[in-house]
Amino acid sequence: MEIIFLLIAISLILAVGFLFLFFRAMKSGQYDDNYTPSVRILFDQKTKSKKNNTTSTKSK
Amino acid sequence: MKATDQKTLICYHCGEDCQEEIIHFDEKDFCCTGCKLVYEVLSENDLCSYYEIADNPGSSQKATSGEKNRFDYLDDREVIQKLLDFQNEVESHITFYIPQIHCASCIWLLENLHRLNAGIISGRVDFVKKKVQVKYLRDAVSLKDIVRLLSKIGYEPRINLSNLDKGKVVRSDRRTIYRLAVAGFCFGNMMFFSLPEYFSEAELIGEKFIGLFNYLNVVLALPVFFYSSSDYYKSAWLALKNKSINMDVPIVLGIFALFFYSLYTIFVLGEAGYMDTLGGLLFFLLIGKIYQQKTYETLSFDRDYKSYFPMAVTRLVQDSEEVIPLARLNVGDLIRVRNNELIPSDSILIEGEAHIDYSFVTGEEVPVVKRKGQLIYAGGRQKGTSISLAVQKSPSQGYLTDLWNNESFEKEKVHSLESLANRTSKWFTLIVLLIAFGSLAVWSFSDLSIALKAFTSVLIIACPCALAMSTPFTLGNTLRAFGKSKLYLKNAAVIEKMAMVDTVIFDKTGTLTEPANASVEFVGDELSRETRQVIKAMVNQSTHPLSNRINSWLVGEKRTILDQVEEIPGKGLQAFCKGHEFLLGSSDFTGAVAEGGKKGGNQVFLTVEGQALGYFFIQSGLRKEVGRVVSELGQAKSIHLLSGDQAHERDNLQRVMGDQVHMNFKQGPTDKLNYVKKLNRKGAATLMLGDGLNDAGALKESHVGIAVTDKITNFSPASDAIMDAEVFGKLPAFLAFAKTSRKIVMASFGLSFAYNVVGISFAVQGLLSPVFCAILMPMSSISVILFTTVTTNYMAYKKGLTKTEATWK
Repeated sequence: MEIIFLLIAISLILAVGFLFLFFRAMKSGQYDDNYTPSVRILFDQKTKSKKNNTTSTKSK
Repeated sequence: MKATDQKTLICYHCGEDCQEEIIHFDEKDFCCTGCKLVYEVLSENDLCSYYEIADNPGSSQKATSGEKNRFDYLDDREVIQKLLDFQNEVESHITFYIPQIHCASCIWLLENLHRLNAGIISGRVDFVKKKVQVKYLRDAVSLKDIVRLLSKIGYEPRINLSNLDKGKVVRSDRRTIYRLAVAGFCFGNMMFFSLPEYFSEAELIGEKFIGLFNYLNVVLALPVFFYSSSDYYKSAWLALKNKSINMDVPIVLGIFALFFYSLYTIFVLGEAGYMDTLGGLLFFLLIGKIYQQKTYETLSFDRDYKSYFPMAVTRLVQDSEEVIPLARLNVGDLIRVRNNELIPSDSILIEGEAHIDYSFVTGEEVPVVKRKGQLIYAGGRQKGTSISLAVQKSPSQGYLTDLWNNESFEKEKVHSLESLANRTSKWFTLIVLLIAFGSLAVWSFSDLSIALKAFTSVLIIACPCALAMSTPFTLGNTLRAFGKSKLYLKNAAVIEKMAMVDTVIFDKTGTLTEPANASVEFVGDELSRETRQVIKAMVNQSTHPLSNRINSWLVGEKRTILDQVEEIPGKGLQAFCKGHEFLLGSSDFTGAVAEGGKKGGNQVFLTVEGQALGYFFIQSGLRKEVGRVVSELGQAKSIHLLSGDQAHERDNLQRVMGDQVHMNFKQGPTDKLNYVKKLNRKGAATLMLGDGLNDAGALKESHVGIAVTDKITNFSPASDAIMDAEVFGKLPAFLAFAKTSRKIVMASFGLSFAYNVVGISFAVQGLLSPVFCAILMPMSSISVILFTTVTTNYMAYKKGLTKTEATWK
């Protein structure tokens, strides 16, 4: 049963690690704007694919 | 092209109907040159994907003014310094507020600014806050050029004086989230360690684990006790210092009882404590708090005159012009105000013809003519040619800003309408303390240890967790329901005040009247078809509000092609058609005189070749719903009307609004303020509806001040709520719903009292166990949240407040 001591220690360390990661994400501003990135990600693809198209037609 | 000539064409850029003119360009239709210009800029730079992401994504460019030097103040180093977020040797960062941001295309375009100007490094949009952060190279491009570029593509940033004064925005909501994260983390882990205690056959695991688990719980409780709950201590301390009790006092009482009693049981008795309950309590409380913060983060309400006034003025110094920031304007300076610019301070007209549009101040948009030597109050907008003015008072001391500085703005409203939750919590705390001491006294005769246990258990279980959460959740949901129907409240306290209202005061101009609803009548001989077509073509050329009204009166009429049209600002329109001279405008201008003319409205005369044909009689019309709203409200409330106009419309108003309305005419801003004051002193709970700066004092003084506006993003005076003019008819429903939500709060109070009664009845008997606490506490919180959320949304739905389609009509 003594193994539980170790398991508790590990679980606490893991949990503290997650808390720390959350704090870091919060500080970096990831949660400030949770709408715009969802739109932005679509643009990037669109413009890139367009550029690729035009360059490919030119090269032909 | 799919649209035919019969159909109304839709502008490729902004999606509005092309009513007045249609510009064909590049096989596309545009409603105005502004829209076409934006398209040209974008197509030159190969940015036409803008139009592919969303249909007709632009905003109409009709109303933008074309003054070239209106951004000159952005050359001023002081101004730049204040606006920038960050600056180093190479680059500068600035955040603009751009209200026009509304679709995916906007985001795309604003994040591709670097393709329009090589000096710009990047743009980053925050869609919800409608902000763009632009990073640019200091040497390659100036701030002024960036603002000009943004304005050119139809996204003119809003920059005003209050931007300059802004301090560092405190990220307080982030701090609460950190507190929540800590509380959640500790709560979760403490539940793990308390699990053996819940199934009280703890012997399964063995003694040494119990001890360890208890000590771990204490360690985990420390951050909750010292960090997560610190805001509650501060608030409770402040309340006690002011010799009052707020919601947070019983909460702090509960936190202390939980923490110290648990320390006692763990270290002295060697038994399990209630630390997990403490963690859960803070976790739920903070969730409620964050929810509250999120719902309030909508609009800024405390905008003062500074956000309305321009940033800079053109000063005349020995025949040359210079643009200076408004703060540097002194009494005695000569300034120049151009078409569509604001009068920044009370001044005397020196040169030029002033046609001042006071629509913001009074709600009436037809310009007022001022002559040389007359005093012009700040806040008006010049229409027509540029004028020179001598400044009489500094911008912070003008007539209208005086009103802002009236004492009723200085102090917070200290009305008798105390919030329901705080009143309840006073009683709550008192009763809980009585019960706790009562059980202590009763038990101390038989068993002192049970007496102590019962005393603390009562404090623990009676924690008003559910009580504290029912208010923010109910009112938060109510705020959301109101917001969906375009009534935006400043905070939740307004709802409680709205529920109490027994007196409704309306401002007339702009609040009850609606420019688009104006009644137009032609007095004179019947107009021939040809004449109507000529007039239609003439008024099309003008942006004067009266022209617009005549234009909409002549709906469906075709326009003839005119040989020549000219607008003489402040006078009227002159046009030549097939050799005939047409004049449309004021009496002086046309030379026509109204014989026994109607009064109480505006007259626009028409002459052809010097011969008077008659005049247009234009009266601002009342909103359609006024009659119904007044009769519905009048059943239980007294209705008052304040108007800045003469009394000539009394009969007309009385016919629509009924007899029980108290009408007051010729009311200036201060009269309105005093009128509301007088009613308040009589003990009435007042609701004021107004729209202009002249209502600002009354709006602030009333218990609930609602600013009615046609465009939510426009400036509106400081108030408790902002209402979109189109939902004016829902006013009775809004007030009724405020009452309902108050009832829901009370019902959920009842629910949480029921939990408390059950809990306390166990506690006074000294039967409280950690398991019982661990189940009852979260259950009461969650069920109260569910109850309020579900009922509020259901009631809002039933009253038709959440259905946005209903406002389309």
